[in-house]
Parts: sequence; structure tokens; C-alpha cells
Amino acid sequence: MASGTPRHIMSLSQRQLALLLIAPGLALVAALFLYPLCFSLVSAFTAPEGGFSLQAFGKAFELYSGDILFTIVIVVSSCALTALAAIAIAGTLTLGENPWVVGTLRALYRWPLFIPFIVAAQCMRTFLAKNGLMNNTFVSLGLLEPLQAVSYLDWRGIIITFVWKQTPFVALLLAGALASLDRATLEAGRNLGASRLRVLIELALPQAMPTLLVALVLSFVTMLSVLSVPMMVAGSQPTMLTVDMAFRINAYGDYATANALGVITYLISAGAAILYLRHGMAKEGAP
Amino acid sequence: MSRVASLLRASLAGVLLAAFAFALIGPLANLALWSVAERWYTPYKLPVTYGTRYWEQVFRPTGDAMASLATSVSIAVLTVVVALALSVPAGYALARLRLPVRSLFMIVFLLPQAFPSVAIYINVARIFYGLGINGTVLGVVLVHAAHGLVYSVWIAAAAFAAVDRDLELAARNIGASPLRTFFTVTLPLAAPGVIASGIFVFLESLDEFTGTFFVGVPQVTTLPLLLYNAAMGGNYQVASITALILLVPSVLFMLFIERFLRADVLAKVGA
Repeated sequence: MASGTPRHIMSLSQRQLALLLIAPGLALVAALFLYPLCFSLVSAFTAPEGGFSLQAFGKAFELYSGDILFTIVIVVSSCALTALAAIAIAGTLTLGENPWVVGTLRALYRWPLFIPFIVAAQCMRTFLAKNGLMNNTFVSLGLLEPLQAVSYLDWRGIIITFVWKQTPFVALLLAGALASLDRATLEAGRNLGASRLRVLIELALPQAMPTLLVALVLSFVTMLSVLSVPMMVAGSQPTMLTVDMAFRINAYGDYATANALGVITYLISAGAAILYLRHGMAKEGAP
Repeated sequence: MSRVASLLRASLAGVLLAAFAFALIGPLANLALWSVAERWYTPYKLPVTYGTRYWEQVFRPTGDAMASLATSVSIAVLTVVVALALSVPAGYALARLRLPVRSLFMIVFLLPQAFPSVAIYINVARIFYGLGINGTVLGVVLVHAAHGLVYSVWIAAAAFAAVDRDLELAARNIGASPLRTFFTVTLPLAAPGVIASGIFVFLESLDEFTGTFFVGVPQVTTLPLLLYNAAMGGNYQVASITALILLVPSVLFMLFIERFLRADVLAKVGA
């Protein structure tokens, strides 16, 4: 502390200075996130003639229960497949013994990391089409008869795009966590005759689980928020809740139903967060 | 291990790696092919005629794409200015000053990224409509800044936390004022991290689609919106070229991020 100012006055003014410095940033978040969030909650629970009502939710379930289920299935299976792919990549990077394979993989896997979703969607729109590069390559390699070629531009396309885009992110964080583990334990496992797969699943992964789960929860929320991929990759029905919300607003100006769907997406992501927290607590409770 | 088994293993690894490379590069290759395909229809597996006609169309100075690029870049620059103006003081306060409920404040900045955003944006659009800033550059900049604030605040806080306190104390001891110490010692030392956070915010703004879709339409057309309109209008060439333009900064960033974001700063992000 400087000069002879009494300590408690100094720390009080430092505290005020700190609040003053952080206030503008907080104000922006309050104005553009917290206020609209309250707005969406109020709008979802208000009847057209005013007053509390669950009418909007009734309409949302009546019209979009199929899409709610569709969204959950897409996001959950995309996360599961992303986890598998990320474990395979990060596991190979950490435990791989062939330097050529590890080097190539390391050079390749990060490419989609900073590619915007909308660019990924445009890539997949052409790649996964009936006569896109994927089917054409399979036909040229003799893996597929030309007449068997089908378009993947439906729920499969959405899942493929999400996995393609999110795997590098999850793999990057997981590989970082695996690299910081104690090598000696892993080596000991190998020396006792465990296969690399077993070392990965039984020794390495449990220790890196918190990182993997954080990465997956973040990916889960991201997938729930993306509008461009379901709009560009898949047809109109069934579709994800983001597209339904945009449709309610742009076609009907129906904010109540759109916000009810919004509250349902909050609840879905809250579900993921609760699963994550329960895992964390179970971990802490264990001896 | 016998030679046959190891050969089998190696070839299996090779096949898997090739399949992985195809899955990763294939979609991008398809994009690149469409950008130079003047005519491409079934049953042809590759474009029928190649050419740069659409590139010329996109890069014509009076074309839509150049206008969108200018809009996108100016919005991104303004977003960086707004985000840094808010996050440098906030990051310093979080890293250096005694702050009550500090971790709560950290989480508040994360919230806009931790919630499904479409439901937020439709209400932001409604509020902006009431204020008369829907469909303006200002409205889009504010939305992008709020979205990017978590990166800029968290990275700025980490960058300030990584600055050696002794250097600040030395400056204070030889008589520099707190403000002078900040501008001549702390800020220059934290600059690489702050610049990295600015690049992050710039890219986030450049690539942002959902917020602009609700708040910017129909007057503000950024590159992602141009891409979307071209793709939905069936113009695959213009959509692919726009996508490639958007890819350039993303790839450059991936290659150079490690220069700016040093490991000691990275380790403190979110702490």
C-alpha cells in the first residue's frame, strides 16, 4: 500500500475503483443478455390478454413436440459421436507409438476448429448431397453403386456437420488434459501388459473426465444455439427448435410461442448442466 | 510381433488415417471445387467447365460481396473497439484489484455463451426495434460485442494476471503514479494477450450469423448473411467463394494463435 493512507480507506477505494472499472462491461451483458432473458421468460408465461398463463407452452407442445424430441436426439447423439471421435483422436495423440501416424493426425485434426458453422454448413450442403463429392468418391472407388447413392441432407447431415465441427474442439481440450497426466502411471500399466486401448479407457480417461465433460457440455449448448446448420443442411420438417423459433417470429410475429420454445431449449441445456454437476459432485463425494 | 502382423497393423492405420483425412478435407475440397465450377451437373462427378467467372463477379468492386466484406470488416473493427474498451478495465479489475464476488462476475461474462442464444436474440431484436436501432450497424456491433466479451474479458484478465507484480512495484517505488505505471508497464506487458483477445473478438464478429440474422436484417448484410442468401438462392458458386473468403482469417488465426497466446497466459484463462 502506498504512503501513509490508512489501510481500510485504501482498500475501500480500491474496491470501488474495481467495481467502477468492471461496471461498463457488466452493463452491456445486463442490457443485451439478462434483460432479454427476463423478457423471454415473461413473454413465454404471459397470455395474449395479459396475466400468467401456460397457453404458449400448450401451443408449443401441440405444434412442435416432434421437433423437441428431434432436437434432443440430434444434440445427444452428436455429443456422443463427438466424444467417441475426440477420445479416439486424443488417445492416439497421447498413446500412439507410430510417430508418422501421430504427426499426420496432429497436423490434420485441428482444421475445422476455427471454421464458422455457416461455412461448415455450406461445405456439407455440397459434400453430402446425392451427387456430392462423398457419394461420387465412393462410386469411383467401387464402394457404392451409382443407383444406391442417397442424399444425407437430413438429420444425418446435421449430426455429421456437428460432429465434424465440434470434434477438434473436444479433442484439443482432451488431448491437453491427457498430455498433463502422470506418464509413469500410464507406462506402468503398459509394462504390466495392458493394451493401449485398456490403458486409455481404464487409466487415462477417468482422470481426464472433468475436461471431457466440460468440453461436451459447451458443445451441447453450442449445438442447441446454431441456426445456420439445420437451416442449410436439412429440409424443413422435422427440424431443430432454433429454426422453429425463427419461423414463429419471421412468419407470424408470434413471440409467445417462440419464447416458450426458447424456455424449452434453456431447460434442455439445464438438463445437460445438471448431469455434469451431478457427475462432479459424485466425484467429490467419492473417497 | 511378427512381420505380417506389424505390416497389417501399419496398413490398417494407414487406411484409417486416409479415411479420416477424406472426412476432414473432403467437405473443404467440395467447397473449393464449387468456387471454380462454371457448370456442374449430374451425372458428372467433377465440374464440366472450370473458370473464374464467379470470382470476377464476386470481386467486382461494385458487387454485393465487396459491399458485404466492407460491412463485415467495419462491424468487426467497431466490435473489437467496443469490446476492448470494456474488457481492458474489467480484465485489470478482475486480475489485480480486490473485487467482491469475483467469481460471480467471471460467470456473468460467460453467460451469453452458456445459454442457447436464439431465444435471447429474438428478444434483443424486439427491444432494438422499440429503440429504433434494429437493422443498424450500431445494433449489430452491440450484439457482437456482448457475445465476444467473455473471450476479451477472460483473456485480458489472464494477460494482466501473468504480468510480474514486482515490475509494477518497481515503477511505483521510483515515483510513477498508478496510472503511469499501468500505461507504461502493465499494459505493454499484457499487450500480446490483449491483442490475442482482440483477434478472437474480430473473428467471432466476422463469423457471427445468428445475431446478425435477427438484429441486422434486412439493412445490414454481412458476409455470413450473403453466404446464406446465396446458398438458399441456389447460387453455389457465390456461396462457396464467400465461404472461402471467411475461411482465410480463420485458418490464419489457427496457424498464428500460439504466437500471441503464450502458454503462461493460456494457463490463467478462466482462473
